[in-house]
Amino acid sequence: MVRRTDSRTHPPRGTPGRDQLVARLADRAKFIRLETVRLAEIPGAGHYTGTFSAAELIASLYYAQLRYRPDQPDWPDRDRLVLSKGHAAIGLYPVLADVGFFDAGLLDDYTRLGSAFGDHPDMRKIKGVDFSSGSLGHGLPVGAGMALAARVRGRDHRVYCVTGDGELGEGQIWEAAMAAGHYELGSLVVIVDRNRLSIDGPTEDIMGIEPLAGKFASFRWNVQRIDGHDLDAILDAYDRLEPPGRGRPQVIIADTVKGRGVRRMEGDVGWHVGRLAGADYDEVIAEITAGLQPLDTGGRSD
Amino acid sequence: MTDAGQQDMSGLFRGTDGTHPEPKGRAADWTEETSEPASERRGKLGGSSAPEAQSNTDPKSGRGISATSIPAFVAGAELADLADTDERIVVLTADLAHANRTIDFGARHPGRFFNVGVAEQNMVSIAAGMAASGLLPYAATFAAYVALLACEQIRTDCAYTGMPVRILGHHSGMSLGFYGTSHHSLEDLGIMRTIAGLTVVCAADASQLRAILRASLSHPGPMYIRMGRGRDPQVYEQPPADFRIGRAARLREGSDLTLITTGSEVHPCLAAAESLAAAGISARVVDMHTIRPLDTGEIAAAAGETGGVLTVEEHNVTGGLGSAVAETLADARLAPRFRRLGVPDVHVLLGPPAALYAHYQLDAAGIESAARDLLAS
Repeated sequence: MVRRTDSRTHPPRGTPGRDQLVARLADRAKFIRLETVRLAEIPGAGHYTGTFSAAELIASLYYAQLRYRPDQPDWPDRDRLVLSKGHAAIGLYPVLADVGFFDAGLLDDYTRLGSAFGDHPDMRKIKGVDFSSGSLGHGLPVGAGMALAARVRGRDHRVYCVTGDGELGEGQIWEAAMAAGHYELGSLVVIVDRNRLSIDGPTEDIMGIEPLAGKFASFRWNVQRIDGHDLDAILDAYDRLEPPGRGRPQVIIADTVKGRGVRRMEGDVGWHVGRLAGADYDEVIAEITAGLQPLDTGGRSD
Repeated sequence: MTDAGQQDMSGLFRGTDGTHPEPKGRAADWTEETSEPASERRGKLGGSSAPEAQSNTDPKSGRGISATSIPAFVAGAELADLADTDERIVVLTADLAHANRTIDFGARHPGRFFNVGVAEQNMVSIAAGMAASGLLPYAATFAAYVALLACEQIRTDCAYTGMPVRILGHHSGMSLGFYGTSHHSLEDLGIMRTIAGLTVVCAADASQLRAILRASLSHPGPMYIRMGRGRDPQVYEQPPADFRIGRAARLREGSDLTLITTGSEVHPCLAAAESLAAAGISARVVDMHTIRPLDTGEIAAAAGETGGVLTVEEHNVTGGLGSAVAETLADARLAPRFRRLGVPDVHVLLGPPAALYAHYQLDAAGIESAARDLLAS
């Protein structure tokens, strides 16, 4: 296997470079949340909370970790990103536009008849989307296929896959987890947005998925578990990844809070799909603009 | 499926795969009709035009025990040949590498062969991911599992995305006989042909399968390739040079009616047409190998020129070839004498395949009888 020659390592903690990077990522996570709120107004509904929980993860991937060329979206050596939790696409689209895959003005037609941009991402219509998603559980096997293809073709890119936690109930996830361990897909990096809520309630009430780290480990994966809103922790996790190639597949379980960044939504199962209106809208914009505040842990439902 | 399979397919690969442990137990394969004399079986299934079925039968036991007794399972070898010059080709299977002979591909291209174990959905989605990275994946397993269990993966990961994944659904129809309904695939055409962007092709025999595979190299989008039991009697002596996906093959001219058929029923339809001819009835035979996109012109020609259409398929009469032809006739306001012959919307009886074909009128005699009924109607 060809070894990656340009592995990105991030500036160490405590250095000005690191502080600048973290500040930049925090700003872009804020941008993701603001754009999510703006776009959700167009159809009058949106997956706010599952996008907010992944905002730091998506920002860190596109602004610090992934290897890609916006002017060459089909570049064979690019890192792939499969957004298995496709309902967070509303937070992905603005990023793809922001980094240069397409004109941000296209998003003004979000969800309108004939638009390329729906609730779930379509690879055939949107530059920068490496695979269509929406049907939960598919991203991990698709990503495994991409990692196998990289091996067949002798390429050194990684394949990142962002999954939700509720979708880990899909059997296909574990079929693919088993195959990735068996085939030693060290180029496959799964990031679980562990926000602890699926549509009907807390995952541990609906269908418990813990002990999650132990599950992946027993499937022959390397496991890291971090605070998925702590940008320093996310960057450290990326830096701890084994190089791509043959080896254990790698999972980063990112403990997050569904709805993070908007107090009324944090940990509230009722906001899986919702709508803001009037004064609420303005308040939420102001709250997001102010940046992440300490959690009101009394409001968490887990 | 796995337990029975490992027990019963042991005879499939004796002496053909040095990497596999010597099979134990009696020789048999997935489709052996154990309750029927071999001579009778050949008569029903192969007829005089099935040299492989006879020449590869073990003279002592009367049973086909070697890999070459399943001459239609040439996909592994054919793809291995094609892969010598086409670097995109990869092959996947789900714990049936010996039963479907994809092991023949694995032996020659081990780095491009992936056995994902008993995980059909995973196989299809992995193939889709491979296709997204520029590979041309062929994913083979029992039709019953890939088309029914992994239907959503075919639609969402292959068809919606336009990925050039080739699904090889073998042992389709009721060819797994006494294994029962769990192993039968009498719904796959109905399901697959409603998926937008998916090409659906049925192979009548080994030669046509080779032609399909060769054509698949440059065909855009995903394909579902339906294969029979692997012991299918020969219809085409060579891979037909004029094979085109989407263009039906008129195998026999006729003026009194047309048998429109596909896959495993092509051979018995030809035999039925021969018998009908002896009785003065001129039956056209059309191999509608491509179910989607359908050759509607050939259907209209059959209706207009022969005035009678009998569809014949190893599939539930609901949703498959017969339904597709009926839709075409209705859309075109054509009203020939028309009947659909297939499995009559039931979960079929348990039994050896040959007995099932006879019971459900899907052997040559049954087709001939149905054709006579149509003309008398």
